[in-house]
Amino acid sequence: MDNTGKSVAFRGGGFAPQSRRWVGVLVFVALILFVEWGTRAGWISSLSLPRPSDVLDTFRQLYDSGLLFKHLLPSLSRLFVGALIGASIGIAVGIMIGLFSYVRSGLVPLVAAIFPIPKIALLPLFVIWFGIGEGSKYALIAFGTFTPTVVATYGAVDNVDRTLIRMGQSFGLSWWSIVRKIVLPGAMPGILSGLRISLAIAIILLVAAEMLGAEYGIGAYILEAGSLYDLERLFAGVLILSLLGVLISALIGTLERRLLGWRT
Amino acid sequence: MDIRLEGISHSYDTFEVMRDISLEIPSGQIVCIVGPSGCGKSTLLRFIGGLEQPKRGRVLQLGEPPKGCLNPLTYIFQDFALLPWRSVSGNISLVLEDHGIKGAAARTIIEDVLARTKLTDFAKALPKQLSGGMKQRVAIARALAVNPAVMLMDEPLSALDSQTRELLMDDLVELWIRQPFTAVYVTHNLAEAVRLGHKVVVLSRRPGQIREVVDIDKPLAEREFGDADLDRAQKHLWQLMRDEARAADAELLNG
Repeated sequence: MDNTGKSVAFRGGGFAPQSRRWVGVLVFVALILFVEWGTRAGWISSLSLPRPSDVLDTFRQLYDSGLLFKHLLPSLSRLFVGALIGASIGIAVGIMIGLFSYVRSGLVPLVAAIFPIPKIALLPLFVIWFGIGEGSKYALIAFGTFTPTVVATYGAVDNVDRTLIRMGQSFGLSWWSIVRKIVLPGAMPGILSGLRISLAIAIILLVAAEMLGAEYGIGAYILEAGSLYDLERLFAGVLILSLLGVLISALIGTLERRLLGWRT
Repeated sequence: MDIRLEGISHSYDTFEVMRDISLEIPSGQIVCIVGPSGCGKSTLLRFIGGLEQPKRGRVLQLGEPPKGCLNPLTYIFQDFALLPWRSVSGNISLVLEDHGIKGAAARTIIEDVLARTKLTDFAKALPKQLSGGMKQRVAIARALAVNPAVMLMDEPLSALDSQTRELLMDDLVELWIRQPFTAVYVTHNLAEAVRLGHKVVVLSRRPGQIREVVDIDKPLAEREFGDADLDRAQKHLWQLMRDEARAADAELLNG
């Protein structure tokens, strides 16, 4: 036998990114260290970017003075109430659009018309309707989370496997049982990934909501720091929002693992 | 309970798919429906179970379903139609819950049907953990749980590989021998038809009409893999279908 054959060159593999732990953290740390080095060495002026260690210091002061929670708690409650109202109405309306022809024909164009409106532009309207207090802030956040939730939910309902619904009908399940036991769990993956987006939007709108008549709140804190060009405080506030975003994303991740373990 | 089809015709807009089908499905027998692709055999099955309505003709139930029958006309689907978020026993309890059967009563039924389909050890498994053959056995167990008068089987073995298909055919024969059930069995596989059918109904290509009804008299229990009698019946069926199948294959889709 001739043994001089050439081995076949490998040309498969790739195109399958995997999550590597700590790489994400490493990117953050590297970026922060880079800015720290730049601001200390002087080739980044303190006017263009605050020094990360100063931001951290500001953050610690905020914590020590007890002001952190004074700002954080009202913000969290606004976020919670607003997002809860918006997401639950959004899911309910989305499911109705997914199930009823008339609701679909009537509301899909309306949702499409509402979606692109920058909700911040409507803040004065909400103040007139719901007053300068908490009401208008809840309304703004709720309205902002409502539209993306509706769109994600009815898309998810549309994607529920019709053969499963036929199966339910063929076994004589009631309409309500089919919705509760087949449509809703089947739409859950789409609803949860929609919530990821709508809750991020809720955080963005939180800052907008606190532009008017809020004494305390992360948004109010950032806006005040911004108008004074106090970059350290501005970044301390932004840091809190970022952490809030990461936290919510992790929360939904946990929810997905708990609820969607059946997925292959 | 018998089923009678009277002059079933159907069309989508101007597109005729079925013409004047009349058929008797006697109690305790398995009636197989074979035909070239697109002849409307699955549609016919959906008419029988009331999931779709024919343009003309009607489906009649003759006599009352036996006592304790929760869902007289029960389907077994080609793609199993199991809820992926429910365990094996959860999928079976799904069809009992609406009849108010819960707790111990439900457990008794579930244990019984799982034992009959040899699935007792898999009660807690999720569908994603099961092979195709196992999934179809869960679907059969689910159908048995509602104690059907007629089983409507829509290509139940077509999504499985040929070894699994043989095993499941044996299981179905065994189930029938232990307790004869009535079934309408739609398939494009002639080997399945001659193995399981007491009657084989051959449909023509679109618009689907009955070409011939072939009776196979050999008792189910005596039929075996590679049986000479069955081979003869299968050859006869293939001769009936061959030209239809070729013509159907050459047709343009939606043409």
